Amino acid sequence: MAAPIDAAASATSAAEDRISVASNWTLVWWRFRKHKLALLSAGILALLYLVVLCPDFFSTQDPERTDARQAFIPIQSVHFFDEGRWSPWVPGVVGKRNPVTLRMEWGADPSRKVRIGFFVDGPAYKVLGVIPAKVRLIGPLDPSQRIFLLGSDRLGRDQWSRIMHGTQTSMTIGLVAVTLSVVLGIVLGGISGYFGGWIDQVIQRLIEILQSVPTIPIWLALSAALPRDWTPTQVFFAITVILSLIGWTTLGREVRGRFLALREEDFVLAAELAGCSRARIILRHMVPTFLSHIIATSSLAIPVMIINETSLSFLGLGIRPPAISWGVLLQEAQNIQTLALAPWLLLPGLLVIVAVLAFNLVGDGLRDASDPYSK
Amino acid sequence: MTTGAAMGEARAASPALLRVRNLRKFFPISKGIFRRTVGHVRAVDDVSFDIQEGEALGLVGESGCGKTTTSRCILRAMTPTAGEMLYRTRDGRDVDLAPLSRRDLRPLRAEIQMIFQDPFGSLNPRMTLFDNVGEPLLVNGMRNRSERMDRVAELLRLVGLRAEFMHRFPHAVSGGQRQRIGIARALSTNPRLVVADEPVSALDVSVQAQVLNLLLELQQRLGLTFLFVAHDLSVVRHISDRVAVMYVGQIVELAPTSSLFARPRHPYTSALLKAVPVADPRVPTGDVLLKGEVPSPANPPSGCYFHPRCPFADERCRRETPPLRDIAPGHVVRCHHAERLELAGAA
Repeated sequence: MAAPIDAAASATSAAEDRISVASNWTLVWWRFRKHKLALLSAGILALLYLVVLCPDFFSTQDPERTDARQAFIPIQSVHFFDEGRWSPWVPGVVGKRNPVTLRMEWGADPSRKVRIGFFVDGPAYKVLGVIPAKVRLIGPLDPSQRIFLLGSDRLGRDQWSRIMHGTQTSMTIGLVAVTLSVVLGIVLGGISGYFGGWIDQVIQRLIEILQSVPTIPIWLALSAALPRDWTPTQVFFAITVILSLIGWTTLGREVRGRFLALREEDFVLAAELAGCSRARIILRHMVPTFLSHIIATSSLAIPVMIINETSLSFLGLGIRPPAISWGVLLQEAQNIQTLALAPWLLLPGLLVIVAVLAFNLVGDGLRDASDPYSK
Repeated sequence: MTTGAAMGEARAASPALLRVRNLRKFFPISKGIFRRTVGHVRAVDDVSFDIQEGEALGLVGESGCGKTTTSRCILRAMTPTAGEMLYRTRDGRDVDLAPLSRRDLRPLRAEIQMIFQDPFGSLNPRMTLFDNVGEPLLVNGMRNRSERMDRVAELLRLVGLRAEFMHRFPHAVSGGQRQRIGIARALSTNPRLVVADEPVSALDVSVQAQVLNLLLELQQRLGLTFLFVAHDLSVVRHISDRVAVMYVGQIVELAPTSSLFARPRHPYTSALLKAVPVADPRVPTGDVLLKGEVPSPANPPSGCYFHPRCPFADERCRRETPPLRDIAPGHVVRCHHAERLELAGAA
């Protein structure tokens, strides 16, 4: 009789011991883990960033390969079994010009099966621009064939491959812009909050001015001012800087507020009285206290940046072709013809929604978990 | 001021550990967009006292009387507006703490430590108790981790905790235990002067007594010198050798604990003593002694700061600011009528 009670008691005390020595990050993780939707979203984001690392591996072909005779091909359905055996294939397409509208109309050609496979060799590419490789996650067994898993656009480019490359640009721009904003926000907000006085006044007024300027027009103006002869890479970085120059203000305010509050905390005074240096007080005591909060805020800021980039590119003022981003892809879907005849070109919009939702859910989960001492 | 110094010298067979002279801390009140200074809050206004080595000096008063500001000035958590704070260092030099820069203060930090009021806010929640207690050791040059471990274990045992506690985080220990941790941290560098700012007022009554007894025991064992800031007279009585009473930024009475409690010379001290509840239903609660509010330190009354609330105030009190003067050996008071008044003490 006594034994099970003892066992239960020691079990609870073991759990308590585990909590007693759990660091803040452990507690944050335990709490985040309970948020199933956030966990799922984190998985989606991990997948998206895997694509960011190497979009070529995930695409079936060169996203720039055009063929006017293969424009507006609809989504091809993937079949995994052929006559009961594992042998993935997609049906071949055959085009017939409509004699009335003179438009190409695509249909499946049941007589022709394009065999596809996983981890097949395709056109050569370089991982991160350095390591040469040619294996692709999915592709036709016969390299001379083309498959269009998500259809093709008006120039006959494969949308699946273009989405993969667009993901790289759009997700990177969000991350880099937010990182830049965070750095600017922490440095300027930190200076403002820690030192106070006239420098605080200057920074706060600057933030007010930046926040009172309507963002869309200023983005338009700044992007329009970019020289037309810049390479896509230069434009990419310029857009990133423009996004973050405006984006840091909110974070700067928050960091300042945290510094102001923390300056009055007893444990900061205790560190001061212990003889800690300024750098140690800031890095060991103040920054860790609001770091989890900053991470949560940043993960909520990334989707805003992604949407901003997408909107700018959609309007033709952000990333410009031949660079590919979700916004650039959506530009293809700007006219009524596309909406009516090639609705699959709207799919990048779906991806924007998924990514933004995932970021928001993860951000929410992190924000709730970032203060593990609250109930 | 001269009388305060005379009092210090009268007691001083050995020179005092800390001599505070004419300490002032004014906070500017600014208005408008140009932050023009329109006045000052005279939080600490001409405070002088001595702390002898090995004694516990209690500093009492109502909220806002400047007792915390005084203690923060001594700790140099803030820079005083004027005055001297002569501290006798371990190697026998006299240093004025008031004008020292951040850099010059650092070697002295180890000698003057603080115990905080709030056991929850004073420990960094993101660091283990080992890191919290061991931090003063680390920044004062004890680089070796295992050496620090040993010292922290010793400190935890000294304050009555198990050494295994050091791996825990502050969220895993109770308020009373946290306060013990705070005490361990304050003692880690072998300080000579410990400033305790209301060290028990945030604790449960049952835990208060334990922590007070621990402080008393540590004082005797380690020969510590305490500046004990509190608003609760019964707590101060328990632990202090001498008591200074503050009112609106000034010391109004300073005396050995027994004589202050037996025969207070200032009407304000007497009123404070009467406000202490007695755990005996047969003792009448008495009349409400103090009428009105504590005056604002930004705009103190004329003459004696206490005259608007004092039942014994006369014309002279309204006009003339009383000096702090000796009335008995080691007993100073800031009242024109101290000799004349027969004030009730505490039981």
